[in-house]
Amino acid sequence: MARRRTAARGTGGFPYLLVLPAVLLFAAFVVAPGVYALLLSFQRRKVNGGLLGGGTHTVWAGLANYRDVLGDSDLWSGVGRMLVLGAITVPGTVFFALLFAVLLDMERTRLKRVTRLTIFLPYAVPGVIASLMWGFLYLPATSPIGGDRVDFFGSTAVFFSVANVAVWGAVGFNMIVIYTALRALPAELYESARLDGATEWQIVLRIKVPLVMPAVVMCCLFTVLAALQVFNEPNTLKPLSNAVTSTWVPLMKIYDDAFGNSDIHTAAATSVVLTVAALAVSFVTARVIQSRVQQEAK
Amino acid sequence: MGIIEERRAAAVLLAAGLLVTTAACGGGSDKKSDDGTGTPAAKDKGKTVELSFWDWDPNMDKVVAKWNAAHPGIHVKLSNPAGGDQLVAKMITAHEAKNGPDIAKVEYQSLPALVSKGVVRDITEYTKDTVGKFDQPTLKSTVFEGKVYGIPQDVAPLMLFYRADLFKKYGLAVPTTWEQYAAEAKTLRSKAPKSYLTNFDAADPGWFTGLAQQAGADWWTTSGTTWKVDIAGAATAKVANYWQGLVDDGTIAKNPSFSPQWNKQMNDGTLLTWISGAWAPAQIGGIAPATKGKWAVAPLPAWTAGDATTGIWGGSATTVTSDSEHPAEAAEFASWLNTDDAAVTEQVKQINVYPAATAGRSLPVLQAAPAFFPNQPDFYAQVKKVAPSARSFQMWGPNVTVTFTGYTDNFGKALQNGSSFTGALSAMQNATVADMKKLGFTVG
Repeated sequence: MARRRTAARGTGGFPYLLVLPAVLLFAAFVVAPGVYALLLSFQRRKVNGGLLGGGTHTVWAGLANYRDVLGDSDLWSGVGRMLVLGAITVPGTVFFALLFAVLLDMERTRLKRVTRLTIFLPYAVPGVIASLMWGFLYLPATSPIGGDRVDFFGSTAVFFSVANVAVWGAVGFNMIVIYTALRALPAELYESARLDGATEWQIVLRIKVPLVMPAVVMCCLFTVLAALQVFNEPNTLKPLSNAVTSTWVPLMKIYDDAFGNSDIHTAAATSVVLTVAALAVSFVTARVIQSRVQQEAK
Repeated sequence: MGIIEERRAAAVLLAAGLLVTTAACGGGSDKKSDDGTGTPAAKDKGKTVELSFWDWDPNMDKVVAKWNAAHPGIHVKLSNPAGGDQLVAKMITAHEAKNGPDIAKVEYQSLPALVSKGVVRDITEYTKDTVGKFDQPTLKSTVFEGKVYGIPQDVAPLMLFYRADLFKKYGLAVPTTWEQYAAEAKTLRSKAPKSYLTNFDAADPGWFTGLAQQAGADWWTTSGTTWKVDIAGAATAKVANYWQGLVDDGTIAKNPSFSPQWNKQMNDGTLLTWISGAWAPAQIGGIAPATKGKWAVAPLPAWTAGDATTGIWGGSATTVTSDSEHPAEAAEFASWLNTDDAAVTEQVKQINVYPAATAGRSLPVLQAAPAFFPNQPDFYAQVKKVAPSARSFQMWGPNVTVTFTGYTDNFGKALQNGSSFTGALSAMQNATVADMKKLGFTVG
């Protein structure tokens, strides 16, 4: 007891030293740029005068950028499309991740390692490459999956085409999270369930799924956050069809403002708005998760 | 097991983080010592002047090598950080950070924007002799309010590229008017239901802008310090309505160009014409390598028979940036690149440019056909014939990227939803004017 206390005292500063790099990196690459973006969002660029402007200077704009951003119908249509995409990707990803995890966990399943790796592999493919690959699969002239008969870039179909790329890439990772939670459950539970006469599917629905609920809910949080940041898939598919505009989702609008129109100030204001919204969503989701988990515990 | 794994992962992450921080610190201090001692020392001793040059032309390195061999006092270092509009974005960012290049290739439509942002320098004093080597219509793209902001490299009149073999096979005539073009497009559909005469491209605004110029549009005009924007006017609306008619009844395809889909269509004969700039042969060679020797070039169809007027798609200038510490030497290189016979000859050979300099257009190298068009030895003679009647806008606006994004988005939407092309033009007009007013330009 006494020995343990001295040991704890001796390492007093050590934990702080351990988190120092993370804190420094966070300060340098998240906090500092964040503060700078906030500053930019209150400014605006004006030309000096004359026909060609004769150079530019920065002026204080107050809340004008925010007024413009919040009143911009392009942004709100983008938010709408992001929500539609999220309504497909979040349930889609979590459902398939859970399904595959449960199937892999069944005793009858064969070739588990190979199957697990195959389902996980798309996660290792960078988003841009995956989108390009799917783009080729969708385009009528190059499609081996019936793109000449089905219009994958139709006004409604395009949402499913984009969401499909996202789900395909994310299922593997989420499956591993849920599968790991499943493997951690004690085998005695299943034995006693079988003794009580439960079928394999009853075990899945009544025992496994409820017990891995915390992992499933965590996957929901991951997927919701990914849905808020959707950019790679639509941005890569954009040049392939007329269906995706340059402001299709909020992050594409920010990118277009900053690097297409070189209006970094509007881009900064939109980023701030989007960050606040994303923080609010994750806060609410996290609270819901916590109360859920506490209920499960009871 | 799980916990140990987790800790190991944490340790790895931590180590990675430390590596990143040390690497970042190391990089930073290295750079500082370079800047601190390298540049000023070289300047003081009056040794070789180092110029950095941003350009995306393939094979430009061979042209630059010629300069470096002949000019030991001024060494040009070529790099290719990006092409077209992306390079413009890079130049603006680099200007903010004060580490831009000395010399950069800029497309004509982007030049006013870079001048208005103070990125490109006025080189009038260094180019008094050089400007005499270009005709007035060409200089209009780089000289604003009497000040020279760049040396023209090439001009690309809009022309009609067509599949000579397939035109013969289906018995089509090479159209000389737009009316005839539409008629041939319909004939083709009846003879070869899987083929189209062309596609309406909403992705790249270049060709449509050229067609608007041919029809007599002036999207931007200036008087004094006031701009007038007229994107949705009668001339452009005429072009939009013509193409809407062909799209609506399915006479032409409507998928974007420069996509895998389009490459295949160009290769397998689904598309029979391409309305493009004089630089097209090099492009088709990359897009549709299977069609070598099957293409031919003709003047762009006219609105009224016999009218030779055409528009322009592309063409660039060599500019000197306001961050350059050696503007005189940089301007000297820009002048050499675009007016020296050897330099221009090399560019025609390597990059397939059609020279902007008046003398450059009579170089012997232009007697030969481009490599991809061996069947058309009079290729450059054709280009030379239409070049004098190629018209651009009075001036490009100071925020063309906004207009061009507006084209891609609104024409894309119109093709997707079947809505009207003139509506798309109005949206482009409104976005352009709003952005100019926001930046503080006077719009009348």
